[in-house]
Order: sequence, then structure tokens, then C-alpha cells
Amino acid sequence: MFNHKKNIIFTILIFAISLMQISAKAQNKKGKKESEKKSIISKQITSVDTTGKPSGDLFAELDQQNASNKKSETDITTATFKTTRLINGHSIENVAKGVLDVKISHRFGTLNEGAYAIWGLDAATMRMGVDYGVTDRLMVGIGRSEYQKTYDGFFKYRILRQSTGKVNMPISVSYVASMHWKTIHFDATQNDIVHYTDRLTYAHQLIIARKMSDYFSLQVVPTLVHYNNSAPLNKYPNDYYSIGIGARQRITKRLNLTAEYFPRITKLDGYVNSFSLGVDIETGGHVFQFNFSNSTGINERAVINETLDTWEDGGIHFGFNIARVFTIKKAKKLGW
Amino acid sequence: MKIFIASIFMLASISVFAQKTYSTKTGQISFDASATVDIKAVNNQVDSKFIDNTGQMIFSLLIKSFKFANGLMEDHFNEDYMESTKFPKADFKGYISNVASVNFAKNGTYPVNADGTLTIHGVAKKVAAPGTITVNNGKVTIKTLFKIKLKDFITGSYIGSQIAEEAAITVNCEYQ
Repeated sequence: MFNHKKNIIFTILIFAISLMQISAKAQNKKGKKESEKKSIISKQITSVDTTGKPSGDLFAELDQQNASNKKSETDITTATFKTTRLINGHSIENVAKGVLDVKISHRFGTLNEGAYAIWGLDAATMRMGVDYGVTDRLMVGIGRSEYQKTYDGFFKYRILRQSTGKVNMPISVSYVASMHWKTIHFDATQNDIVHYTDRLTYAHQLIIARKMSDYFSLQVVPTLVHYNNSAPLNKYPNDYYSIGIGARQRITKRLNLTAEYFPRITKLDGYVNSFSLGVDIETGGHVFQFNFSNSTGINERAVINETLDTWEDGGIHFGFNIARVFTIKKAKKLGW
Repeated sequence: MKIFIASIFMLASISVFAQKTYSTKTGQISFDASATVDIKAVNNQVDSKFIDNTGQMIFSLLIKSFKFANGLMEDHFNEDYMESTKFPKADFKGYISNVASVNFAKNGTYPVNADGTLTIHGVAKKVAAPGTITVNNGKVTIKTLFKIKLKDFITGSYIGSQIAEEAAITVNCEYQ
């Protein structure tokens, strides 16, 4: 009696187990057919994985992912311009975090000085400066120009970054604030300046940039230059507005043409608008910039508001910027 | 009682069909193409998966996620060589040919071979590489080091002079 009962239970159990196996196999077959339809990879054995989901073909999964997830990631546009200066003025670019950028810029005399002064190469003014990336969005820099013996300092903060994908941002925006201090000795005949603070100027610039394609970038730079004292004797206004326009056109992988123009809205008498053309040449890790400009100085005040020479008269200065970058602080998670 | 034991074995036989997909989204792939200067970069956001019983495996990464010590070099890498706006991703589709020799239930380091198709800069090439699978308490790590000829995938006059002709690629992915 007891044995009989036991046998029945076992029979039922075995029956149940075999049913389960049959259904599992059927499921496998079904899955197999489906995956065979999707792809003809014969190596694949399809079945049920431990998570319970029918595990498909990883290759098909990847293809699907590549086609669909373009929108699930944000792609921040890089290299709108090649370096942190377009020609004379700032570009939208910052140096990366922890990078020290030593910049030496030269501006020679004017081409119309002729062969006697070898088209301006006899005379040169320069600016030496260092820039540092505090974060990927904030950079600071100081410099000293030989022209009017000017010291300058600035900070540039990246407010918006152009991107596509999940976050779609059509433009990049940065804010640059700079300060310039002219220390050249007073002209005794003018007798107008009394205190060093009178020789300070400030520039506030909003850089709005867009990389149109891999080949062309454009930026617009509304600028305010404030003079603590607009000599002589404060008879001129203190604030001067202008809107800078800059562009980069890529010619080859290593060569870019640049242009920069600063039309002034409020003008200081006797000065002209600054216009510059340049060539950016890239070598592995460095950018050399050659340029022609009617500006001599290399800071916002001297370039935007106090440019004296004109292109029409051949008052063109040849110049170049060279830079050497040093990685001071390596990114943490680089892993070497 | 014997039948009870037998039925347990039968139940277990169902799970023989089960397979496991191992995956990671934080794998690491780095490369070194240094010639006259250091050209090294690392990508810590590699998406990779493999299936234990078929050995099928995939790797996928964003070119822009390669980080260089020199930011300007990173720009040149993306802009001039990899053209990462045009070809944002690189991937590998292949098989671990001797996956059967790996016991995923037992701790140890197993030598394996992988072969498949590597796609970089829109160019697909067959590659084969030896590597190891390390099993440590259920955690599986795949490591490999192999070389690719850069001219197979990208062009540029600097390759061979300032940039090495071959890049050494190191893969180090820990799966769950």
C-alpha cells in the first residue's frame, strides 16, 4: 500500500519534470529559429540565459545600439578654434584643466617701411604671457607687452558648450574679463595723468561661437572696454563698445586661415578698426600662428580701441604667436 | 530515494542550456603610438559583452572618450586622424575561439584567443589576439595586448615619423 502510493508520487514527479524539459526545449527551438532569421551566424546557440531574457545575438545587438543610441549621448563639440587666441583677441577655446600654456607673441613694424627697414622686421614688439587652466571651463592668464609697457591679466569662463545628441546646444558662450595696466613713462608735455589707476583699462567680452562644420567656425564678440581715465583730462567717455567678428576656415588638416575684425560702435578719436588675417599651422601638439594686422599692441585696449595703422596705406604688421604647453597636473583617472 | 536524486539531476539538466552574458560599461582600453613624443591615451568607458558558452564578444567605444595628457594632441587625434564627428565609434565583433577551456565556476587565469573584426575610422579589418580570462569569485576580467598597423585604418604623413607605425592596444575589462 505504502509502496504503491510512493510509486504514484514518483510517476507524477517524473511526468512533471519531463514536461518541463519538453517545454524548455521547445522554447529553445523557437528562439533559435528567430535568431537564425535575424542573422546567419551558425556559431550561435540560442537559449534562455540566467536573467530569463532570451539572449540574442550580441552582434545584432551592437548594430542596433549603434543605429539608435546617437541620441542617448551628448557629444560636446571640440576644437572650434585651434587655440585660445584667434589672432589678437580671445577665441572661444580654453586650455584644458591643469595645462600651463606659455605664449610668446611678436608684432613687427609695418610693411610700408620698405626695404630699408626690411618691411618692418627691424622693429618688433612682443608680449610674453602664461595661461593656466584651473578647470576645463575656467582659465586665467597674465602677460606683459613691450608695447606701452603694459601688464595684463584676464580670466575666461566657458558658460555654454556647443553639443549635439542628448543635449543639443547650437552655440558656445564664454565670458572674458581682462585688465590692462599701461606703465610707460608719462609724456611730460601732456601733464594729464596723475595716478597709476588712471592708466588702467578693463575689457568685458562675451564670446559667442559656433563650429558650423569641421571646416568652418565663426564667433561674435560683443565687447566693452572701460577706461578709468580717457586722456586727456577725462574729456572723452569712459566706456567704448565694439562687436568683434572672427572666423576660421580649414584648408587642409594642418592649415587653417583665420580672420578677425573689430568694428567699433563708440570710437576714440584718431584710431581705426583693427583687422587681421592669419594662418594657423598645426604640428603634433603645437599651433603656430602667423598673421598680418594693422594693430601693434597685443591686448584688448591696444587692439580694439587704439589701432593706428591702416591697411590702405600698407600699415600692416607681420606677426606670429608661438605657444608651448606644459601639463602641470595630470588628469586623475588616466591610469598610467 | 534514487528516483528523487535522479529527478534532481533531470532538473539540473535544464540549466545546462542556460548561458550567461557578461557585460561592462566601464572597461578600459588604452593605446600607445609613441615615436618621438609620447602618444598615449586611455578610454575608461568601454562597452563590452560576451556570452560564456559561445564565446561571442563585442567591444564598443566612443573615440572622443580617449583621454590624452596633452589636450591639443587629443584635439588633433579627434579632428585630424580619427575624424570623430564622422566616425564617432570604434568596435570589435568576434569570438573567443577556445572559450570551452575556461571554467567560469573556478578561480584562475585561462589563456584564450580572440578573433574577429575590428572597425576603426570606418575601416573594418580582421584581427586576432591572444589574451587571458581571469575568474575571481565570479568576477571575470579579460586582458589582452595586441598591435595594429595604423596605416590600415588612418592616413596621415606623420605616421611613421612622429607617430609610430604600430599602436599597441591594451584591453582590461572587468565584467559582471
